[in-house]
Amino acid sequence: MELLDNLALGLGVAFTPINLIYAFVGVLVGTLIGVLPGIGPVATIAMLLPTTYGLPPVTALIMLAGIYYGASFGGSTTAILVNLPGEMSSVITVLDGHQMARQGRAGPALCIAALGSFLAGSVATLLIAAFAPPLAEIALKFDAAEYFSLMVLGLVSAVAMAGGSVLKAVLMTILGLLLGAVGMDVNSGASRFTFGMSELIDGIGFVAITMGLFAFAEIAINLEQRGHHNLLAQRISGLWIKWAEFKQALPAVLRGTALGSMLGILPGGGATLSAFAAYALEKKVAKDPTRFGKGAIEGVAGPESANNAGAQTSFIPMLTLGLPSNAVMALMVGAMIIHDIQPGPQVMTRNPDLFWGLIASMWIGNLFLVVLNLPLIGIWVKLLSVPYRLLFPLILLACAIGAFSTSNNMFDVWVAIVFGVLGYVFIKLGCEPAPLLLGYILGPLLEENLRRALVLSRGDFTVFLTRPISLVMLLIAAGLLLLIAAPIIRKQRAIVFAEEK
Amino acid sequence: MMWVRNPRDLLAGLLFVAFGGAALVISQAYEIGAASRMGPGYFPRMLGVLLVVLGAVLALRGLWPSSQAQPRWHLRPLLVILAGVASFTIAAPRLGLVVAGFLLVCISSAASPEFRWKEALLSGAIQGLAAVAVFIYGLRIPLPVWPVLLAGGQ
Repeated sequence: MELLDNLALGLGVAFTPINLIYAFVGVLVGTLIGVLPGIGPVATIAMLLPTTYGLPPVTALIMLAGIYYGASFGGSTTAILVNLPGEMSSVITVLDGHQMARQGRAGPALCIAALGSFLAGSVATLLIAAFAPPLAEIALKFDAAEYFSLMVLGLVSAVAMAGGSVLKAVLMTILGLLLGAVGMDVNSGASRFTFGMSELIDGIGFVAITMGLFAFAEIAINLEQRGHHNLLAQRISGLWIKWAEFKQALPAVLRGTALGSMLGILPGGGATLSAFAAYALEKKVAKDPTRFGKGAIEGVAGPESANNAGAQTSFIPMLTLGLPSNAVMALMVGAMIIHDIQPGPQVMTRNPDLFWGLIASMWIGNLFLVVLNLPLIGIWVKLLSVPYRLLFPLILLACAIGAFSTSNNMFDVWVAIVFGVLGYVFIKLGCEPAPLLLGYILGPLLEENLRRALVLSRGDFTVFLTRPISLVMLLIAAGLLLLIAAPIIRKQRAIVFAEEK
Repeated sequence: MMWVRNPRDLLAGLLFVAFGGAALVISQAYEIGAASRMGPGYFPRMLGVLLVVLGAVLALRGLWPSSQAQPRWHLRPLLVILAGVASFTIAAPRLGLVVAGFLLVCISSAASPEFRWKEALLSGAIQGLAAVAVFIYGLRIPLPVWPVLLAGGQ
């Protein structure tokens, strides 16, 4: 079977010593930042990206991917033990997970979170292996017009899934597209928006942008809001889970896995959305919904499985179409470009070792995570006692050196500072920075395909409507925009996102 | 400004209009071409128009009442941490990574409400040295370790 051959190829790549080591480093760092509040996977991946320059591309991607799903794994630990979600994706786990811990059931809660995540991760890995090739096959037939419409659809659905005002998210996306245009225009050789600075010829450094928006601005916001939080020192006894509890949780794990896998594929989806949706689903199907919020094990099992499944299946559109569905995937696309790999459907045929190696490494990474999280849980909890006032200068220092090392030029650090100010202003004005990053990454591709499509059609804009696949994608995009603009949905959406905060 | 009910949306809208306007003005210098043969100015101008129009819509919405909480601005932490990073940027090429790292940590630590002098100095010194160990020797970042004068111009 082809699937098995491919997986065997992937496992062969993933099981080389260097890739095993970096997969381990990735999930270790991911767990670490997942446990620590105040630093997320986006900032961490941007920070560590420059350190991967010397590595083979597949090793670099394996490590960076490990950080992402490791973070969604580690975030649950603090959510359960100290009522403090380490990551957005584990916000919902706090509700029942911490209640379980207070009832002295921290062990089973942590255990089901880890086992559920592992199961979900394994299923999602198989799903990627099964669905990515046919999707890429379709995408290989795409012409410029289809690509343009696909990217429009991707950006629109990312907007639809973002929290807060739709109009603001649209504006942030457009601003991101504009920032992507900075630098030399590949078709004409003209410099655009470079203000005579030679450092901008290659465009604004995306590591610098990400650090400014996601590290500097976040730290400033954290420092404003920071109150003292009391750590609830929990003694964890009996990490294992009883068979009866496991049987009760298993259906929730399976439902969470299925839901998370589906939502992860959608542009704009990923770990966070999957977790919220899974919690809502568990509450709906429960015989006695009043148990939720009081330590129901399904309320931990469902969302924790879903967020891990979602984190992994969000790799599908990135790997097969070159279409990032969230800020982390935008960074992965950037990382591929830095390593001279053009993201898109051809990755699978041109770099099969990279594609299958990355997928196989996710399964191995999930295995590492179970080992890292269950027996070593005490160490992670101790880490929480490191005060933020010692932590954030360290993050700043790592960011400053990281931004410098992308081009060995201090210019990138200044760019990061400018985007730190901008990011702070945007957050204060209620504009989420993630759509800007997506727009920035997709900008050059969107422009290129727009140009090519119109060259082929001799300037006729109807080309996007007369080609059936392109038309369908634009119709879905338009439908989505109409849908979120409709008053009823808007209200529902506001409720969903209000729960999030 | 009594008639502004939602200054947050108004400000955000004006900010986007400003970005779009700037893009439109600057891209006047780039050849626009035609749809079938786009010049470098075509796409930026499209985006500029979109930003100005949609930004204006957002700004106008700021005139309508809203239940949204308005932000409070505490610029101090932001300015202090960015001053720390800026000091690093200026210091690193001449004074070396140890001094620059020390400056960054000490200055930015002051952004925390729980700031303590002695602790910041100590952690600055440790982190400056740790940065050298990791980044210069581990990852071979081309920055001087010590002030350039002391190291004899290297």
